[in-house]
Amino acid sequence: MATIEILGIEKRYGDTSVLKNVSLSVEDGEFLTLVGPSGCGKSTLLRIIAGLEAPDAGALRIADRDVAKDRPKQRNVAMVFQSYALYPHLTVLDNIVMPLRMRRLTAAQRFPLLGRWMPGTRRIEREIRAEAEQVASILGVEPLLARKPGQLSGGQRQRVALGRAMVRQPAVFLMDEPLSNLDAKLRVQMRSEIMALHRQIGATFVYVTHDQAEAMTMSDRVAVMMEGELLQVAAPEQLYSDPDDLRVAEMIGSPQINAVPVHALNRQLCLAWQLSQDTAVAAFRPENAIITRPADAMLNGTVAVSEHLGADVFVHVRLDGDAGTIVIRTDRTSPRHTAGTAVGVSVEGRHVLRFDAKKKRCRPSQDHGALVA
Amino acid sequence: MTPLSLGTKGKVLRCVILSVTALFALLPFMWMLSLSIKTTPEIYQAHFHILPESFAGFDNYRVVFASAPMLRFLLNGVLVCAAIFMVQLLVCIPCAYALAKLRFRGRDTLFSAVLIALLIPPQVLSIPHFVLLYYAQLIDSYGALILPWIFSAFGVFLLRQFFSTIPDELIQAAQLDGMSEADIIWRVMIPMSAPAIASFGIFSLVSHWNDLFWPLIVLRRAELATPALGILLFRDDETGRQFGPLMAATATIVAPLILAFLLAQRRFIDGLTIHSVK
Amino acid sequence: MTALSSPRNAISAAGARPASASKQRGDRRGWLYSAPAVVTMGVLLFGPLLAVMLFSLTDWQLGQEQFSFIGARNFQELFADTVFWKSLRNTFLYVLLVVPGTVILGLIVAVLLESSNELKGLYRTAHFIPVMAATSAMAIVWGTMLHPTIGLFNHILYGLGYSGVSWLRDEHTALLALVLIGIWQGFGYAMVLFIAGLKAIPQNLYDAAEIDGADSVMDRMRLVVLPMIGPVLMFVMVVTAVRAFSVFDTVRVLTAGGPNYSTDVLLYRLNTESFDYLRTGYGAALTVVFLGIVIAITLLQAKIMDRRVHYS
Repeated sequence: MATIEILGIEKRYGDTSVLKNVSLSVEDGEFLTLVGPSGCGKSTLLRIIAGLEAPDAGALRIADRDVAKDRPKQRNVAMVFQSYALYPHLTVLDNIVMPLRMRRLTAAQRFPLLGRWMPGTRRIEREIRAEAEQVASILGVEPLLARKPGQLSGGQRQRVALGRAMVRQPAVFLMDEPLSNLDAKLRVQMRSEIMALHRQIGATFVYVTHDQAEAMTMSDRVAVMMEGELLQVAAPEQLYSDPDDLRVAEMIGSPQINAVPVHALNRQLCLAWQLSQDTAVAAFRPENAIITRPADAMLNGTVAVSEHLGADVFVHVRLDGDAGTIVIRTDRTSPRHTAGTAVGVSVEGRHVLRFDAKKKRCRPSQDHGALVA
Repeated sequence: MTPLSLGTKGKVLRCVILSVTALFALLPFMWMLSLSIKTTPEIYQAHFHILPESFAGFDNYRVVFASAPMLRFLLNGVLVCAAIFMVQLLVCIPCAYALAKLRFRGRDTLFSAVLIALLIPPQVLSIPHFVLLYYAQLIDSYGALILPWIFSAFGVFLLRQFFSTIPDELIQAAQLDGMSEADIIWRVMIPMSAPAIASFGIFSLVSHWNDLFWPLIVLRRAELATPALGILLFRDDETGRQFGPLMAATATIVAPLILAFLLAQRRFIDGLTIHSVK
Repeated sequence: MTALSSPRNAISAAGARPASASKQRGDRRGWLYSAPAVVTMGVLLFGPLLAVMLFSLTDWQLGQEQFSFIGARNFQELFADTVFWKSLRNTFLYVLLVVPGTVILGLIVAVLLESSNELKGLYRTAHFIPVMAATSAMAIVWGTMLHPTIGLFNHILYGLGYSGVSWLRDEHTALLALVLIGIWQGFGYAMVLFIAGLKAIPQNLYDAAEIDGADSVMDRMRLVVLPMIGPVLMFVMVVTAVRAFSVFDTVRVLTAGGPNYSTDVLLYRLNTESFDYLRTGYGAALTVVFLGIVIAITLLQAKIMDRRVHYS
């Protein structure tokens, strides 16, 4: 049973704090994705789980065992790297069997040239080879076993890297942006293959990506990180509809959520949207706004541009006053809005998410407090 | 992550081993400096100390500069190396430009010839070079030290590789600006290749400053000697029998390049290792 | 090779000239610019190369008006000469000791140097300084260190209670002393080449090796470091070998080939025969042998490197 417990992890490089008091627990068999912009610390966290880097503070337990002092070899984790990190001088088969060799053969049995004459080496090598071939057949790379990584395509290398991780049957799979070196089409295909793999082997997966679409489609839960902090950990749907933090709301979903500063709204609207006093930003998704005639709405603006993307039309509306520009998603059956037209925008109160000045969500319990008088 | 992942013990061991090898590398220099400030009787003492009991540094170095044309040797070195490098540039740059940026019949053959030339060790050519200079009556002259080296296959190769990386668009833009081809070489190619030219210069400087084989063959007169030969002449001279002055002389000979290296380490290391980029 | 090189195309694109004329113009310009290099390369490189091969087939002695072709007689004489064989043997022995010594020491220092940042720059500088120093001058210094009475080595031996050794005057130790100097001067150079090779190893590979469980020194060296610097290793070996085959300065300065020819090497022989005895033809034959060996090493390298093209 491989749960992962991360408690108060801190990591600094010189003066910069890369991870600030990060706590997270991953359930056994769960597919958890760490998502965030580059430099947010997600890869560092993954490397700490793997044992490639040591945290400055905090505790780490894998399968209920404190692994803080363990080397990667002792942690029973496998890792897939962005650049695959295959040994270029070894064949695909040798790449896949390497983790098993390192674990099952003694140092003497691995000794160059002589090792193969040590008692037991041949038998173990045979077993290892059989297991590697089985993994290769699952991944469909059996015909490639004799080749070197340099002769493979990106997708094939990706599969070999997966095979090297799978062959050990680790309790925990760590993946560091494994798809970002692939082209768009292959990436979508590999996404579903990795998901299928996860279902099949049932191990715990921790997956790092900067691509929110990847995070949303693949994971049981998503952990959003920014500037070394863990902002929210939740299922993808919840992350979208019920974000804890404005930065999470802004990161998930395309086009981005519309965030309107409260000071730019009139009082009527504040009342209608039930904005509490501590609300600094009111946010709503592009699909939840409706364009109306100017007279019918409490939010008014001018169409800046209409983007026609086939089925969808994104209407950019520059709000009156100091409220910025918002995007509204309509479909092509709705009337055209040419640039310069004055329009009204209507959003139901239940679709509005409220955030305070620190970008944290104002939860309904607080919303019941004093309304803007 | 590094080639070895070292713990605290490993780091200490690393420092110990590297200190030993560094000592091995520097030992002759320490020995040289130590002897160069000692008196002859002290050098012959049964017990060795790094620092002298009576400081004879001034005497030893003064004797060196008084009795031998040390400054002359150094000056010869500068003169010969500078002349070689200047002429090498004049010969190599236009050819490298043509090989990198012009299309002409025979270009690939010419480049292959340069690559073959790279493989020929210079000592192989010493007999015919000597014969050429002998019949040109240039033996025992600066010309004899300089002429054989004015073509450098390495220079052509290095500069061609570097010129090739300069985008053609840049040259076309320069043409549209009204630059002639000479302008382009002078104002675009050369400034942009400064690092490569510097590397080549250091390579050339170090090889000819330290060369003993060729000056030994073509020089008879001591006043033309370059440093590497000069120190040998000094040793065979009367004052050179004394170890103190002899070490002072060797220190004088090796100091300029080592000081230059200490001032511009990156450049020197690049210059001397750049042919590994092949 | 984007041969769509610049100026000519720009000119013809401007529509000024018919294609054939501009092609001729391009040819002319190419050769015009290359002319100084072509002439000097011919006169100073390929001409002499040809000449030395021709000389090797004659009985010419420099300064004489006449000579005649004597076929392979110089080579026959060479191969019958015990001193030549001795110098060839010494040269190979020197190379066989200097190359592994330099390469292994250089590699160890480079790997240790790159394994931590402490004092890294200082160590690198210290190890590289011997490369910069003129061999002839430093050979003189080594001569004093190996000196029977005042030398450092004998000081140490005396201190340990042994009797001294005449390092450079003793047939058994003279060549070894030269080997030591050769390694001393070359290992810093090997080190910087290895450092460049080590820096080019992708970080992920070390991580992957660690995750795979290869965390001992031997496993990391075997799984990552050695295979990844294979090409550099090859290059360093060849460069060191060619330099070692060209050993001359230390022999000339310290032993003059002695005692009893125990340090006589190819280039020293070449120098003596050609320029002391002025036996041009014979010296040329020696030169051809030397050239043959150096070219053979280079071709061997090319062949081995070709086999490894499958590296990604």
